[in-house]
Amino acid sequence: MDKETLIENIKNQFPVDIIDTSVIKDKRVLAEANSASIINISEYLIKTLGLRFIIASAYHTKAGIEILYHFSDDKSGNILNIHVVLPIEKPEIESLANMIPGANWIEREMHEILGITFKNHPEPEKLISEGNWAEGVYPYRKNFKS
Amino acid sequence: MTKTKIIPVGPYHPLQEEPELFKLYCEGETVKDIKWETGYNHRGIEKLSESKSFDQVFFLVERICGICSTSHPFAFANCMEEIADVEPTNRAKYIRSIIGELERLHSHYLWVGLAGHFLGYNTVWMWAWKYREPILDLFEIISGNRNSYAMFRIGGVRRDINAEQIKLIRKAMSDLKKKNELLTGAVMDDPVIHARTKGVGILTKQDVMDYAAVGPTARASGWEIDVRRDDPYAAYDMVDWKVITAEEGDVFAKAEVRLLENFESIKIIEQCLDGLEKEPEGDIQIKVKEIPEGIGTGHAEAPRGEVFHFVKTDGTNSPVRHKIRAPSYVNIATFKKACVGQTISDATISLAAVDPCYCCTERLAYAYDYGTQKKLFDGNQLVELSQKKTEEIRKTHKL
Repeated sequence: MDKETLIENIKNQFPVDIIDTSVIKDKRVLAEANSASIINISEYLIKTLGLRFIIASAYHTKAGIEILYHFSDDKSGNILNIHVVLPIEKPEIESLANMIPGANWIEREMHEILGITFKNHPEPEKLISEGNWAEGVYPYRKNFKS
Repeated sequence: MTKTKIIPVGPYHPLQEEPELFKLYCEGETVKDIKWETGYNHRGIEKLSESKSFDQVFFLVERICGICSTSHPFAFANCMEEIADVEPTNRAKYIRSIIGELERLHSHYLWVGLAGHFLGYNTVWMWAWKYREPILDLFEIISGNRNSYAMFRIGGVRRDINAEQIKLIRKAMSDLKKKNELLTGAVMDDPVIHARTKGVGILTKQDVMDYAAVGPTARASGWEIDVRRDDPYAAYDMVDWKVITAEEGDVFAKAEVRLLENFESIKIIEQCLDGLEKEPEGDIQIKVKEIPEGIGTGHAEAPRGEVFHFVKTDGTNSPVRHKIRAPSYVNIATFKKACVGQTISDATISLAAVDPCYCCTERLAYAYDYGTQKKLFDGNQLVELSQKKTEEIRKTHKL
């Protein structure tokens, strides 16, 4: 599926929840999404369009905590980045790990480094900081002082 | 009532690049569940990267993995070139692919050797590692280092491969082809290896898709994905090669995929050398003045699967955020599917089958009774257990 078809498909499927789309470069697409519908969007991408979940990248900016969910369409080599912004006061989003077991670890990691809460995560235990890090200290937030 | 015992495998070795702890929950001989712990040696590379200049990040990411040290600079270069909107010269592309494929060869040999050792085939181990040596020698000739080659930079490569070196690589590849045929035949036609690896540690296509597994782990279960073909970078779309897959998803299929991939790697290297001879010498890098603000996603097919880098830049000389996903991060999670239901003696090879840089942690494994805390096995005994099983099969079948 070429990137134009990919954009058209997700826009038609989620006219409200996909806020904006843009082509970053050849084979790279960015879509701004409503964080409340991440489950529906991911389900459509994986089950209907046959995309592969690569990983998610989260970072702290002035806008809040931003997450980019990276999906790959291996048949065409396109990478689709679903971008959501969560408020810094309450960074909360639904967990994808029940649907995509491959998202289990990265969500636990994002919780530990940035303090994002993943609702309904099947295994909400610490992944990388067991016994090592202080509670409530998130080292990848920009206000973190080492 | 059956008593559940926990067998922890790993970790606690600060020198190992991937210290990891697997807890095998066993009932009798059978593995009932597996849990994973990490963070014993969290190096904070993503955070560290934010304090380095883009040129320095190459040296940092090169040290993520000791075995496939070029795959991270490869993905990072793809990522940064996407942000800077530059394309390396053809000569640089060929050199990149040669380095990438030489690395795949030595990494696959390393795995075949270790897998042989775990199964009690020390001849396979010695052979595979003997064949690996000339490849490391080639790296030393090209880059000055047997590991961590420091070949990559934004817009090209740091060192050229001259006509003399091309001859040496050609000779090494033609020698290696025969050795690889011998090794592949020895492994794939051995009835005891069949008995030990066929039907062991099976991952179905649905399993690998659910866990988003990559590389030979995915390809051995019939999921035909390979970044080199799907989203071509370097010289992979300028040469002729094919993606190797198998359908069975067991340990044997994973070995088969890796051994046959070695032939493809040799084929790619030979074609890249042909290409290199047609390109003007010394044309290995283009100047990149500045990195604009933006985001980039770069990936590369490492020996273990897709390495993925995401970088966000703000127009300065350092990343604002650098996310790195190594293939083992997604592949190790498949243990839950591959090991549960296996016997302890098969768990060793099932864990090793996804090639999780396992050699050092293995030495520190031990098993204890969950109730009494009494020690049952250590790591060497677990390997011995696996080797003993092979020995029994040999005796039963009088081989």
